[in-house]
Amino acid sequence: MARARDESSPLFAGNSAGTLRLIMYLALAMVLMVLDHRNGWLWRARYTAATVVEPIYRLAGLPSAGVRTLSVAFADRARLTEQNQRLREDLLLANAKLNRMAAVAEQNTRLKELLDTQHSLDLNVQLARVIGVDLGAYRYRLTLNVGARDGVGPGQPVIDAHGVLGQVREVLPTTATVMLITDPTHALPVVIERSGLRTVAYGSRDGGALTLPNIPLAADVKVGDHLLTSGLGGRFPPGFPVGEISAVAPAASGMFQEARATPAADIDRSDDVLLLHDLAELQGPPAPVTPVGPAADLAPTGDAPAAATSTRPPRAAPVSAPPAAASSTP
Amino acid sequence: MSRHRVGTFWFAGTLVFALALMLVPLPAALEPFKPYWPALLLLYWALESEDRVSLGLAFAIGLAADLLSGVVLGEQALRLCALVFIALHFRSRLRFFPMWQQTLAVLALLLNDRVLLLVVRMLAGGSLPPASWWLSPLVGAALWPFLFLLLDDLRTRARIQ
Repeated sequence: MARARDESSPLFAGNSAGTLRLIMYLALAMVLMVLDHRNGWLWRARYTAATVVEPIYRLAGLPSAGVRTLSVAFADRARLTEQNQRLREDLLLANAKLNRMAAVAEQNTRLKELLDTQHSLDLNVQLARVIGVDLGAYRYRLTLNVGARDGVGPGQPVIDAHGVLGQVREVLPTTATVMLITDPTHALPVVIERSGLRTVAYGSRDGGALTLPNIPLAADVKVGDHLLTSGLGGRFPPGFPVGEISAVAPAASGMFQEARATPAADIDRSDDVLLLHDLAELQGPPAPVTPVGPAADLAPTGDAPAAATSTRPPRAAPVSAPPAAASSTP
Repeated sequence: MSRHRVGTFWFAGTLVFALALMLVPLPAALEPFKPYWPALLLLYWALESEDRVSLGLAFAIGLAADLLSGVVLGEQALRLCALVFIALHFRSRLRFFPMWQQTLAVLALLLNDRVLLLVVRMLAGGSLPPASWWLSPLVGAALWPFLFLLLDDLRTRARIQ
């Protein structure tokens, strides 16, 4: 244990070489921070380092997975039976509702076909599990156990049984990071179900709630109103529950009303989530129609193929405008 | 030679373990009590085996921690560098402190680390954290004697330098 003390660890005096190196390292760290803050290098570095990072995430997620398994293993029979019973009842209720809805959905599809729109009520979803990893400063993030290899891409909406949870922000080969709707830098176009008022719901700094800072003073908003996604911005499909208004008050500026809402999704407790695969239909002006000549029957000589094109019903051209940037402002 | 190698493995293992511990989530109620594990482990090794811990290593561990937790690259590198520098600077005195004094010194170091973190966050435009944010250094300091004795005991049992 006895070591000869060299000059790198003097008992009292400091040494300048160490200080110089410290300054060098601190400067390097600051340069890195500034560069990373400006350019967002970190995510590219993370993607490259994913082979190292992901096993450690899985390792760090083990305790919470273990606790989950243990709580199932040691849960008493009565509670499990009771839970099972409740789930059965829920399923029965949901199935009954679904059967009734099926008829309505059928009718809806027919009517929409008549209107020649291409909305669909089908959901193309993918189940994902949340990996329990504590991302420190980012309490508004979740890590999922699916990634680029499972066909997940940035911008995909994430929902749970109760409502919208967030959107995929970063994708690594086998994990993905979700930005929650309560993230202060997240903005979500919503519509108030009762009055049809369109506005934007932002995350809030204190976490766990949504703020709607710019509702017109004259607008009709009440505590208890439900918020749905409006589908504007093209990132989230319309009609998913987002939350419920919990407080309305005039803003400090006096120009707007400010509302707070509690998210409908179980932000803190979701273990299994759904990733939506088909992105929302984009709502906006239709793409300009490509100019065509006069109708075939007006043409001087009507041959067979030309007549066939003229009898086809006019179809809405698929909208290919880029999505507006309203759905997220990271 | 092989003993030295076992020592190196043990050293690297504890640091990786500290990084993993940093990522393990706690229930929301316990979240503010979570100590900053990489700092505690680095402090231990800085005091006990100086030739292994250098500023460069602290920087590298910090970068790895940044990469893992997804914060701005360089934030934890800066904090750990400052921490290890102070620890190495006062190493000879810290080592011969009685345990309670050493614990107080660790508390001061961890508090300093939090202040540094606060400065960085404020510069990046963050908001003031809640009061419970300052609990983590207290928990870290309270754990220090146990961590120190446990690691020391394991080290003497395995006869690792």
